[in-house]
Amino acid sequence: MTETTPDVPSAAGQSRFRRLAAMLWADKFALVAMIFLIVVLLCAILGPMLLDNLATRQNLRGRNAPPFDLTRGWAFVLGADALGRPLLARIIVAARNTIMVAAGAVACSLLIGAALGLVAGYSRRGLSQAIMRLADVIMSFPSLLMAVIVLYMLSASVTNLIIVLAITRIPIYLRTTRAEVLELRERMFVQAALVMGASARRIVFRHILPMVLPTLLTIATLDFAFVMLAESSLSFLGIGIQPPEITWGLMVSQGRPYLTHAWWLSFWPGLAIILTTLSLNLLSNWMRVALDPAQRWRLEMGKKND
Amino acid sequence: MKTFIRKRAVASGLSLIGLIVLVFFLSRLTGDPTSLYLPVDASLESREQFREIHGLNDPILVQFFHYARDVLSLDFGDSIRKARPALQVVLEAFSWTLTLAAVTMLLVTVAAIIFGALAASRVGGVFDRIATFFSLIGASAPDFWIAIVAIVFFSVYLGWVPTSGTGTVWHWILPVAVLFIRPFGLILQVVRGSMISSLSSAYVKTARAKGVGPRPIIFVHALRNAMLPVITVIGDQAAGMLNGAVVVETIFGFPGVGKLMIDSILQRDFAVVLASIMVTAMAIFIMNLLIDLSYAVLDPRIRY
Amino acid sequence: MTDHLLEVRNLSVEFHTAGGRVKAVQDVSWHLDRGEVLAILGESGSGKSVSASAVMDLIDCPPGKITAGQILFEGRDLLQMDSNERREINGKRIAMIFQDPLSALNPVYRVGWQIEETMTIHGTPRAEARAETLELLGRVGIPDPATAVQKYPHQFSGGQRQRLMVAMALALRPDILIADEPTTALDVTVQAQILSLLEVLQKETGMGLLLITHDLGVVAETADRVVVMNGGRIVEQGTALEVYRNPKHAYTRDLIASAPGKGAMSGGVAKEGAEFLKVRGLGKKYGAFEALKDANFELMPGECLAIVGESGSGKSTLAKTLLRLEEPTAGTAFYKGRDLFAMSPKELFAIRREIQMVFQDPTQSLNPRMSAYELISEAWAIHRDILPKDRWRARVAELLDQVGLAPEHADRFPHQFSGGQRQRIAIARALALEPEIIICDEAVSALDVQVQAQVIDLLADLQKRLGLAYLFIAHDLPLVRDFADRVIVMQGGRIVEQGTVREIFDNPQETYTRNLLAASLDPDPEVQAARRAARDLASA
Repeated sequence: MTETTPDVPSAAGQSRFRRLAAMLWADKFALVAMIFLIVVLLCAILGPMLLDNLATRQNLRGRNAPPFDLTRGWAFVLGADALGRPLLARIIVAARNTIMVAAGAVACSLLIGAALGLVAGYSRRGLSQAIMRLADVIMSFPSLLMAVIVLYMLSASVTNLIIVLAITRIPIYLRTTRAEVLELRERMFVQAALVMGASARRIVFRHILPMVLPTLLTIATLDFAFVMLAESSLSFLGIGIQPPEITWGLMVSQGRPYLTHAWWLSFWPGLAIILTTLSLNLLSNWMRVALDPAQRWRLEMGKKND
Repeated sequence: MKTFIRKRAVASGLSLIGLIVLVFFLSRLTGDPTSLYLPVDASLESREQFREIHGLNDPILVQFFHYARDVLSLDFGDSIRKARPALQVVLEAFSWTLTLAAVTMLLVTVAAIIFGALAASRVGGVFDRIATFFSLIGASAPDFWIAIVAIVFFSVYLGWVPTSGTGTVWHWILPVAVLFIRPFGLILQVVRGSMISSLSSAYVKTARAKGVGPRPIIFVHALRNAMLPVITVIGDQAAGMLNGAVVVETIFGFPGVGKLMIDSILQRDFAVVLASIMVTAMAIFIMNLLIDLSYAVLDPRIRY
Repeated sequence: MTDHLLEVRNLSVEFHTAGGRVKAVQDVSWHLDRGEVLAILGESGSGKSVSASAVMDLIDCPPGKITAGQILFEGRDLLQMDSNERREINGKRIAMIFQDPLSALNPVYRVGWQIEETMTIHGTPRAEARAETLELLGRVGIPDPATAVQKYPHQFSGGQRQRLMVAMALALRPDILIADEPTTALDVTVQAQILSLLEVLQKETGMGLLLITHDLGVVAETADRVVVMNGGRIVEQGTALEVYRNPKHAYTRDLIASAPGKGAMSGGVAKEGAEFLKVRGLGKKYGAFEALKDANFELMPGECLAIVGESGSGKSTLAKTLLRLEEPTAGTAFYKGRDLFAMSPKELFAIRREIQMVFQDPTQSLNPRMSAYELISEAWAIHRDILPKDRWRARVAELLDQVGLAPEHADRFPHQFSGGQRQRIAIARALALEPEIIICDEAVSALDVQVQAQVIDLLADLQKRLGLAYLFIAHDLPLVRDFADRVIVMQGGRIVEQGTVREIFDNPQETYTRNLLAASLDPDPEVQAARRAARDLASA
C-alpha cells in the first residue's frame, strides 16, 4: 500500500555499520546496555591482571566493612567481605570467570546447535528425525539436574561447566535453525539457485546460513543471559565453580550466611548479575527490531524529530 | 486431531525411552556405579557385595536389561537415607512441587496474558514501556538472589512472612512470589510479541471494519490467534518448575522434588535420583500432551 | 454542507517508513453517491487504498498520520468523531471487504459466528442474527448454509471465502461497501462470479460501492466513475468510459496503452528441425492426489509456448518436474533427444545451463543479501567453465545493459531496485548461463501493467536476438494472446486443449477454454457492457 519506490542511490558496506550505529543511538536503553556490556567485558579482560592482588588480600580488621565508606580506598566503596577483601575489586575480578563460562557455553552451543540444525533441516528425513529426537531427550532432561550430576561426577572446572551448559542449550539453536532452514529452503531464491545447478553446500552456506544468522545472534544474546544465570545458580548451590576461583554467583552464595547483618556481601554481586543480564536482554530486544527490515522504522523514526 | 495427538504422543514416548537409555549410560560411563549407589566411606567388601547383589559384574547389556525392567515396573529400589521405597519418597516430594508449580503457573499465565495483551495494544505507550521494562527485569533477575533479598527484607527486616517451611498459607507467599518473577517476564514478552503481529493481521482489520470495540479485538479476535507460541513457552516454563525449582526450594526449605534431588545427589542416594528423574520426566510427558491438546483446542486448523 | 453520501476532501496522509516519512496520499478528493460504483484505479504504491483505510479508521497512528483533509459522511466529518462514534458507523453504515479473504477471516472462529458478530455488536439479538446469517449465506451463494456456518474459514475455497466476506459486510445493509482489490487473489472465472454477485447485491440494496483495483478490466466491468491515482495523487477522474476513451493525463494514457490483449495474434511458428522438448505421458502424484496427469506436448526452437490455467491446474507442477525440482511419477521428457528424467546428476548439472527459469516474484527469487553482481555472477561460480573470473565484471555489465539496466547498478542490492528492475535482474541471471529454454512461471504477473508490458517487450526482444524458446506459464489470457505462439490450456492437472494462439482464442473447442476466455475482462467499458448485455440476454 505504501511501498516506497526504492530507487535510492547505492549504499552498502560501510554505511550499513553507520546505520546500525544510528539505530543504536536512537534507542537509549540499548545504548546504555551496550556501554555497560563493554565495561563488563573490559573488566573481564583486564580486571584479573590489574586487581588480582587487591582482590585476594585478606584484611581481618576490615571484615564485613560496610559500603559507601571511602576511608579505606576506592576498592572498598561497596564494602568488604567476611575476610576483609574489597567487594568492588572482587566483583571486577569475578567478571572474568562469569563471562568466560557464559561466552564459552553460548559459543559452543551456537556452533554445534546451528550445525546440527542445518543438517537436520537440509537432509533426509531419517537423519533429521534422529537429531530432533536427541534434542527432545536433552530438553526433557532437567538441565540444572544434568549439570548437577555431571559436575558431581566430573570435577567442577571452568571447562566442564562450559561443556555441561553448552549441551543443555544446544536444542534451542538446533530447533530454531532447523525451523528456519525448513522455511528458507522452500523460498524462491533457493529454488532459483537449484535451477542454476548449485550444490547443497553452496545453498546452505551462501543462501541459507546468512539468512538464519541474525536470528541466531539475537537468541545467543538472550541465551548468554540465561547461561549466566544458570552458572550463577550452580555456583550458588556449591556445585559450580569452586573457591578460590570466584564468580558472581559464588559470591552471592558466600555472602548468604552474613545476610542478616551484612546484606552487601550478597547484594552487589547479585546486582552485577542483574545489570548484565538486563543489558543483554535489552540489547537482544533491540537487535530483534534492528535486524528486521519490517520493524526497523520504529528505531529510525525516533531519530527523525518525532 | 486424533492422529495429531497420537503422533505427538509417540514422539514424546520415544524421547522418554531415550531418556531412560541416556540415564543408564550416563551412570555407567562415568565410572564405577558403586560409587554412585554407596556412601563414600563404604568398605571394599560391602562394595563387592553390592556388586554381587545388583549384578554389576554381569555384561553391560544384561545390566541394561535388568535396569530397564526395573524402571518400567517402577521399581527403583529403596532410598538409602530414608530406608523407604524411593518412589514413595519421590512422589511425596513431587506432590509439593506439583502444587507449587500449579499455583505459580496459574498466576503467571493469567497475569502475563492480561498485561502482555494490554502492552501490545498500544506499542510504545506508557503502559507498554512500564510492562516491558519490568518484564525485562523479571526475566533478568537470578532467582536465588531475589529469594535471599526477599527473605532479608520481608522476613527478617519487616517480619511479615516466615523464612522457610510449609506450614501455613503465609509460608507459600515468598516461594510463589519468587518463582513467579522470571516466567512472568518471559511469558509477558512472548505474549506481547505474538499479540503485536496478531493485532496487525488482516482479520483484525476486518474486525475493526466491522466496528468491533478495542477490548473484544484484543481479547477475542487477536488473543486466541496469538496463543500458540505463548502456550509453547508456558509449557517450557512449567516443565522447568516440575523439574523442581531447585534453588528456590533449597533456600526456602521447601520439601519439593528439586531439593530432594540435590540432597540425594549430594548424599549418593542414587535410587532416589533415578526415581526423581523418571517421575518428573513422566510428568513432563503428560504435560506436553496437555499442551498439544490445547493447541488443537485453540486452532481448528490443527484439529481438521 | 454537501449532498454526497461520502466525500473525501483534500486528504493527505503520511507514513513513517525505514526510508523516512512518506507522503502516502496528498490532497486527495473524491465523492461517492448512493447506488453508484466508484473505482479507484492505481498501481501498487499509488496510495489507492489509503483514503479508504482513512474512511474506515484503519490507519494506525503511528506509523501513519492524517495531516490534512476531511472525510464527510452524510455531511459529518468522520475525522472529527471519537472512536465510539466511528465504530457505530463501521460495519453498520460503511462496510469493507479485503483482498485476501483467507487472511481477512479469523482462522480460529466458525464463519457463522463471525458473520453474526457483525450484527450482534451493533445491537441485533443473537437469535435474530443467527437466522439472518443463514439467509445471507444463501443470498451470496454458499451451498448448504446450515452446515456452512459451523465450518472454519480454511474449509472453504478462495471464492467461497470472498462470498463469506461479502455476506459479513452486507449483514446490516450498509449504505456503502468498500471493496479493496476484492478479486485480485482469485482465479478469473471466480473473479467474474464475485463481481457479478457484488453488482447484483448493489442493485438490490442501492448502496454506494467503492472499488479499489489495479485492473482496468475490473473498472470496465463494474465502475460508473473512476478515479486514477499515481504516486499518492489523483491524476484524473471521470466516468469510466470517458477516461478510457479520452484519457487526459499522460499516466492514464500510458496505462491504457499498456493493457495487453490488443496486438496481432500468432499463428504459431513454422515447425522446422527437431523439437527442443518432447514430453510424453508426464504425471506427478502427491500421495493419492494427482497434480499432473498424462501431459503430452512439444516445444520447438524459438517458440513461445504458453501454459494457461487457474490455480490448481497443475501448470506449476509441470514446470517443476521439467526442471527436476520435483521428481515425476510417470512419463518421459526428452530435451534434444535426451531423456531428462534418466540423467545422472552430472549430466543434469550440465543440462541446468540450457534450461533456465524466471520466477513469479522477483522480491522472493533474488537473495536479498546479494548484490546484482553477485546474483548474476553466481551462475559462473557454479558452472566454472563458462567464464574466467577476470571477465565476470565486464560480462555482468553487458548483461545488465542487455536487460535495460545500467552497469553501475551492479553493486546495488535487490531492495534498492523497483519490482520491474528486479525482474530484469532475474532475467539477466537466467541469461548468464546462455540457456536455450527459459521457463517463465508467472514471470510478469506480480508486476504493474506498465512494467509488465516493458518486461514482455524485453522477453520478446531477447527471443528474437538470442533465439530462445519460452515455456510461458500464465493465468492472464490477454497477455498470452499478445506474447505466445502456441497455448496449452490446463485444468485439474490435465491438458484440455492445445493449439496456436489464433486457434485457441478465435475458435476454442472446449467448454472450459470458452469459459476462461469469457471470464477474462476487457479494459474497454463498452466491450464489457456489450458482453454483460449478452450475458443478461442469455440468462433471461
